[in-house]
This record gives sequence, structure tokens and C-alpha cells, in this order.
Amino acid sequence: MEIVVCVKQVPDTTEVKIDPVTNTLIRQGVPSIVNPFDKNAVEAAIQLKEKHGGKVTVISMGPPQAKDALKECIAMGADEAILVSDRAFGGADTLATSYTLAAAIRKMGRVDMIICGKQAIDGDTAQVGPEMAEHLDIAQVTCVSKIDVAGQIVRLEREHDEGYEVIETQLPVLLTVLRSINEPRYPTVKGTMKSNRTVIPVWTADDMNVQPQYLGLKGSPTQVRRIFSPPQRVQGELIQADTAREAAIMLVKKLSEAKLV
Amino acid sequence: MAVKISQEECIGCSSCVSACPFGAINMEADKACISEACTVCGACVDTCPVGAIVKEVEEQVVAMDKNDYKDVWVFIEQVNGQIKNVSHELLGEGRKLADAMGQKLAGVIIGDSVESLAKDVFASGADLVYVVEGPEFKYYTTDGYTNVFTDLINNYKPSVILMGATNDGRDLGPRVACRVKTGLTADCTNLGIDDQTGLVAWTRPAFGGNIMATILCPEHRPQMGTVRPSVFKRPEQDFSRTGEIIPVSSKVNVKDIRTKLIEIIKVCTASCNLEETEIIVSGGRGMCKPENFALIEELANVLGGAVGASRAAVDAGWKPHMHQVGQTGKTVGPRLYFACGISGAIQHMAGMSSSDIVIAINKDADAPIFKAANYGIVGDVMEILPALIEEFKKNRQVC
Repeated sequence: MEIVVCVKQVPDTTEVKIDPVTNTLIRQGVPSIVNPFDKNAVEAAIQLKEKHGGKVTVISMGPPQAKDALKECIAMGADEAILVSDRAFGGADTLATSYTLAAAIRKMGRVDMIICGKQAIDGDTAQVGPEMAEHLDIAQVTCVSKIDVAGQIVRLEREHDEGYEVIETQLPVLLTVLRSINEPRYPTVKGTMKSNRTVIPVWTADDMNVQPQYLGLKGSPTQVRRIFSPPQRVQGELIQADTAREAAIMLVKKLSEAKLV
Repeated sequence: MAVKISQEECIGCSSCVSACPFGAINMEADKACISEACTVCGACVDTCPVGAIVKEVEEQVVAMDKNDYKDVWVFIEQVNGQIKNVSHELLGEGRKLADAMGQKLAGVIIGDSVESLAKDVFASGADLVYVVEGPEFKYYTTDGYTNVFTDLINNYKPSVILMGATNDGRDLGPRVACRVKTGLTADCTNLGIDDQTGLVAWTRPAFGGNIMATILCPEHRPQMGTVRPSVFKRPEQDFSRTGEIIPVSSKVNVKDIRTKLIEIIKVCTASCNLEETEIIVSGGRGMCKPENFALIEELANVLGGAVGASRAAVDAGWKPHMHQVGQTGKTVGPRLYFACGISGAIQHMAGMSSSDIVIAINKDADAPIFKAANYGIVGDVMEILPALIEEFKKNRQVC
């Protein structure tokens, strides 16, 4: 089975702090990581390969340093990696990004399954996966927590409001996966050595069958109008009491008086 | 389009450097320079004290007659003939947008025998309801619903489309937006009209909730967005309102639906219905071990509420993902939100800050959750929770 996994290098948004004086992001010292959901996608792909054979190729669109993220995926056990990188791709929104990645996947030839993380932790849009499926005109199943493949048939569990939907479809298909689908493995020493040796090809706009008006900022229907700090909630009162019981009694009293319970 | 800094005018004060959310401005030889990381968001423009930064707008190449596109649409999500809360919330917001734009508000209902839901949609503010019915639409499928929706867009040309940022809405939205080649803003928490352009201003948290971004879709139609459940209040319904029902026959070929729903496995009871409930009791890392979540469940049970969990608790495997509250989980806006043993990472706050009243219990007095709490108790959750459960039980008996 030919599996492609799309990964994104993201700033670790859990490490981002806000400067209390200027109310802006402190980016210094924030590490770049493989988007956590994408590691689950890589793990899912490797598990499928171990069971059914085939090849796992990881692909990323980003600046040259995104190669580090791809190397980490190779160290985990992916076979090959491709970086899609060009100044012309800069400023792309989800429509332009998915157009570009879909063109890269088309260039790869036969692909049976594309796996993406549910969303990236910097943009949090969860849109690039479904939009790629649309560009490639294949089926999609999002929020997947279990994958079973038998021949051309794929059986999936998809998270829903109160549980799971069991969905059946055929290859080729694009899936987006949840964190709960698996526990991503750590890179092995052998894998890390392999990743150090791997030369990652870089595909630019000229290497793919793309039209310039659909790339980067030009190909992006959405524009950022402004950016600001999130509104803060106002701090209320701390309940001071000597014991847990007293604190509980005071809280329940306050909530009842305010007719909240 | 580009943001440029005039090297002649720049006084080298570097105030724009820290204003850039993407770290794209550096000081070189006492002048500010913009690097490749620039996303043209324009956040730096207003910070320059001498007006040396300008955002240039390029002529758009796309030619589309935007005046052909009218009305605000809301995708009405329904499960077993029951309209989801988020769809009502969006009808309330959609009504405001439609009034501001001087246009009509329409609901789009897709399903099997669903026309009877129209009166509920009118009561929440719609002027029109498009109804597409068929047994193949009984359950959501990406292909079936996308085909129906794009046909509707091509025939009736709406200006704005709102969908709930639910699992299905986030599956359908990008597929539809991509097919009609327009922009989609995900997970919005605020909607408005941009003063200068009259466009819909879509505001959403990004960067893990650390920043808010307002997005426009200037040259493409329809302008589309998914909106997080529970951030807007449900409008007061008026069942004397009526409107026009437009039945549309589907041209979808069942063969074109490439996924098949085999079964629905319900693993959750009312306790994980976070988006429709009035009271949520959430637990985090401070609960220490999965067994201790029994206290969270008991308190939720006593109060008739649902059970939430922070990302830390979900990642530790203490609760399934469908209980997760936060940027990568659910957005909730209950009347009462209890945060127990939750420190209050910004990612968590992004999912619960529209709660009316927040009660925080944490042993760390410096935990950021207290800054967002209406009532806070500094103490051990393992002592406070049993006491609270007992007091609420007593209180209930009195009432």
C-alpha cells in the first residue's frame, strides 16, 4: 500500500507565552516541533505498512527548515520524505496550501491512502486535509480513531458527538486522525542514523503542474485583517476558609444566593 | 499584496518587532526589515509611531460579480429530527448579519423527512428555508451533503454561509469551500461586519488560543465560516414567525456517495453532551489518577451536568477525547463551569471562556485558571470535591 502522510512543522504553541506588558507573543525560545496530531498520522501509516506492506512517504509544505520535521518522521520509520518549498507558496491560506500539496501528491503517482493529523496546533483549521481530498477527487473520513484495511475495503471508526460511527469506504481515501488513535513511537537509533543520511528532495513550483494564480497569497481567498490578544475574563473572588468543608459551604451559599444552582 | 517598511522613514525604534505575531520583523543596521515569515497580517502597521509601515493592496486578478451573491445561509444540523443547538445559535447571529447587510436569512435543511423542522428554523429568525430531502440523506455523508450544498450555492448564490464547527460541519465546510473555490474561516468565535469594506469580519483564535485573528474574504463568494458551538447564545424563539419553504429536489446519484455508514456506536450518555448542557464539571491533571474522576462524575451527576476534561487528562487516557474541552477539543459555554485540578493553560481557556460563571478549584494559588474564575477555592480537589458534593446534595434537599 502506498501511503502518504502530510506533516506540518509548527511552533510548540503550548510553550508560547504572552508578554504581560506589550500583550504580544514571546516567540524567543519557542521550539519548532512536528505537529502532534501528525505524529499520530505517521504512526498510523507505519502500523498499516507493517501489517500490509508498502511504503510510507511523508510530505510537508514549508520553509527549508521544515526538513527537520520530515527527518524526525523518517527516524520514526517513514521510508521517504519530500519537502514542497518555494517563495511562491508563502502566505498561503488553506485553499492554496491544499492546492499545492494535492499537486505534489499527484506528481507522486499511485497513492492508496493519505493520512493527515486532525488539525495543526498553530492554525487549528482542520481544513487542509478535506480540501486536498476535494482537489484530488477522492473520499475523505475525518476524526478517525481506528483504521482497518482488507484489500480495497477500509473500515474506520469516526468520532461523533456521542460515540463513534463505523464507516466503510474504498481506497483511495484521505483520512484525518485523532490523538487517541495510537501512541506515536519514538525514533530508534537506527532510524535516526537513517534520517541523517536521507537527502530530502525539495519540490518547487516549477517541479509541479501548478498554475501560479492559485499559489501562495495570490491563490488565497482569505486575508488576515488584524491580529489582537484574546479578551480576558475578569477575575472574581477567592473564597477564604480554614477547611474544605467551610469553603464548600461558602461556595454553595454564594451560588444559591446568586440563583445559579 | 505586501507589507513594506520605508527605510527612509524608519527611525529604528523597533516597536514593530514585538508587535509581529509571526516573528517576521528583525532589526538590521538600526532599521526594521521584514522577512519571508511575513503573512501580511498588518499587525505592525499601527504600531509604527512615524507611519513608516504600509500595507499595499494589489489589484485582484479574480473577476467575479459579487453583486450576484445575496443572503446569509445557515446550515441546519439535525440528528434524528432534532436541530442542534449550534444551528439555532447561528440563526441568531445570522439574523444580525442579514439585517446589517439588508439581506435575507435562510436555513438549509438536508435530511430524510425533515420539512417539519422548518417552523423551528423560522422561529429562530430565518426568512427562507431550503429543504433537500431523500432517504440517502438520513445520515451525514461527505459526498452526499457536499454535492447538495454546492448545487444549492451554484443555483441560489448566497453571499454568506455559516456552519457549526462540529465534527460534521468541519468535514463539510472545507469540502464545499474548495469545490466552489472560496475562502473558509474555521472555528470562529465572533462575527461582525467590517466597517471599511462591509465584508463579514470572521474572528477566531489561532496559535493555540494565544492570539485572535480577524479574517476577511474580499474577492470570493460565498464568504464562508464555521462557528464554534456555545459561543453565541440561542436566540429567543418566536413561533408566530413564518417564512417561505423552498423544496429543492436532489440531483445526487447514490453511487457518488463513496462512504457508507455501517453503524453508530454510542459510548456516551448525557455526561458527554458538553455542547448542549447548562452545567459542566471538568477535571484536569490535578485529579492525579483516573479513579479520582469518579468525584467529577458524582458532582456532575448531583448537579445534572456533563463531564469535561482538560487535554492533560485526555492525553493521560483518563477520559475519552469526546470529553475534552479546549482549543483542540470542544468549545463550551455553559451557565456554570467547574474547573477542578485544571491549571488553565491558554488552550483550555480558549474552549471554556464563554462560560457564564467559572468556578476554579486548584491547590496552586498562582494557577492562571483563577484569573478567569468568578469564584475560586485554593485547596486540594480531593478534599474540596467530596465536601462540595455533600453540600450540593443537602442544598438540593432543601429546595
